[in-house]
Amino acid sequence: MDKKATRDSYGEALVMLAEKRPDLIVLDADLAAATKTGIYKKAYPDRFFDCGIAEADMMGVAAGIATTGKLVFASSFAMFAAGRAFEIVRNSICYPHLNVKIGATHAGISVGEDGASHQCNEDIALMRVLPGMTVINPADDVETKAAVLAMADYVGPTYMRFGRLAIPTFNDPKTYKFELGKGIELRSGNDVAIIATGLMVNEAIEAGKILAEQGINARVINIHTIKPIDRDIIIRAAKETGKIITVEEHSVIGGLGSAVAEVVTETVPVPVIKIGVQDKFGHSGPAVPLLKEFGLCADNIVKVTKEALGK
Amino acid sequence: MDQVHKKQLEINAAKVRLGIIEGVYGAKCGHPGGSLSVCDTLTYLYFNRMNIDPQNPSMPDRDRLVLSKGHTAPALYSVLANRGFFPVEDLKTLRHIDSYLQGHPVLGKIPGVDMSTGSLGQGISAACGMALSGKLDNDIYRVYAVLGDGELEEGLVWEAAMLAAHYQLDNLVAIVDNNGLQIDGKISEVMSPYPIDEKFKAFGWHVIVIDGHDFDAIEKAFNEAETVANQPTAIILKTTKGKGVSYMENQVGWHGKAPNEEEYNTAVAELKAKLDELTK
Repeated sequence: MDKKATRDSYGEALVMLAEKRPDLIVLDADLAAATKTGIYKKAYPDRFFDCGIAEADMMGVAAGIATTGKLVFASSFAMFAAGRAFEIVRNSICYPHLNVKIGATHAGISVGEDGASHQCNEDIALMRVLPGMTVINPADDVETKAAVLAMADYVGPTYMRFGRLAIPTFNDPKTYKFELGKGIELRSGNDVAIIATGLMVNEAIEAGKILAEQGINARVINIHTIKPIDRDIIIRAAKETGKIITVEEHSVIGGLGSAVAEVVTETVPVPVIKIGVQDKFGHSGPAVPLLKEFGLCADNIVKVTKEALGK
Repeated sequence: MDQVHKKQLEINAAKVRLGIIEGVYGAKCGHPGGSLSVCDTLTYLYFNRMNIDPQNPSMPDRDRLVLSKGHTAPALYSVLANRGFFPVEDLKTLRHIDSYLQGHPVLGKIPGVDMSTGSLGQGISAACGMALSGKLDNDIYRVYAVLGDGELEEGLVWEAAMLAAHYQLDNLVAIVDNNGLQIDGKISEVMSPYPIDEKFKAFGWHVIVIDGHDFDAIEKAFNEAETVANQPTAIILKTTKGKGVSYMENQVGWHGKAPNEEEYNTAVAELKAKLDELTK
């Protein structure tokens, strides 16, 4: 399988988008080379503005541009886009419900060597709580491009989360269709439901295969839209499997696991076991061993699932 | 400025001040001090300067004003109402639970408001975005950002100031209401932003310092700002907090407090006397 980081897909998608949308403006905060908005900058230098190392200001500038009716993407690392600039995103973007797309890269522990200061495991929680904010966390190259293009047509504040690590492309570009707010069942099964998002979707698929070899039929669901979440697919999974495992490269507090649990507790109360970062900071190291250490890999999903099923 | 125009501005400003007092009294809270200090400049901009249409508040090529010091919404609302964007009567509903006149400006809810503000420092960033976008559209409009002097203590203001100069936003004017007071006392004692003019100059701005209650000086400053190329302009208004209501002038206590009935009556009597004198 081909591998590509979703940040690269994001940069390429912006170029695809620019061809269709002459009103597109992209902002970055001195990280264009890393967030991959640099790909767009090279192709459309007149429609790219660097705001310097000033993420809070960039979000305010994006809000101001949005008031004039143009389509604007603002990019930085998740840590600074959702973290540093949080209150500007709340008051200047979400409160007036402005059409700003936040492209946040380098999310999660897979940032790797930069260590905990840059490994943002809190952004989904921070963005999900904002009224009117849409939160998207795509799982591979195909889904990222489709999501960026689709969200350009949606009017309203949107947070899009991308990763630094190259990951397998499992979706087929010929058949894949992005539908905002719709989860995707990638594997059928009624023994247990594994609901994953972002980089963890491919790990969940792999875990599903391993579990099948051991006689456990796990349903695997990809939730690319964390808000508004697909309540129907979650309720159906709760009813039909009776046990849910969530997997995310994010804190187990406030992210996908919490969002799924919120739906389940109000409708079909079944156990929800959350795989994610367990309320702690990360540390430096290569991405793949780090993900393993934090249990964000197929092997651990298999282990936790079997424990949950008492097998 | 000729005497006829000047007198009309003074009349309008007195009416706007009355509206500020009506609003804050009706709300039983709010921020009269900084509303009264910036009142003359807002009146000048909306009545004599800006390309706006009260019948078409979201006209694409309109000039924009971002009240970065959003807590002085009573002044903005009163100017907008007196300019015909919505009924002056509505000012009395300021901050009421069923009113559209929110405690701080909201985009999309209040006719004529160009940006939601209230959290200090953010309005100037948004104004930069508007100005940047306007540059791409061949400069069809100008953007005004109104800041408090205490607001300059927010670091975000200076991030925006850097960006405005870097992108040569000569369609942007930052207006600093330098009344010298913030909630906890004199700005020079709480956390001095002085020298304000030198700071903006150092950030690459064209700077004009004027008496913010002198309409001749105000007009001259905005005329000058329009001639400046490749640089944003900062107009620093030397003002009196609470200007126009005798007992509020230069009193830090009137930053965020509503008058009681007796105080309200005094303020209204003073402003009506001023209005009578002007319209005599």
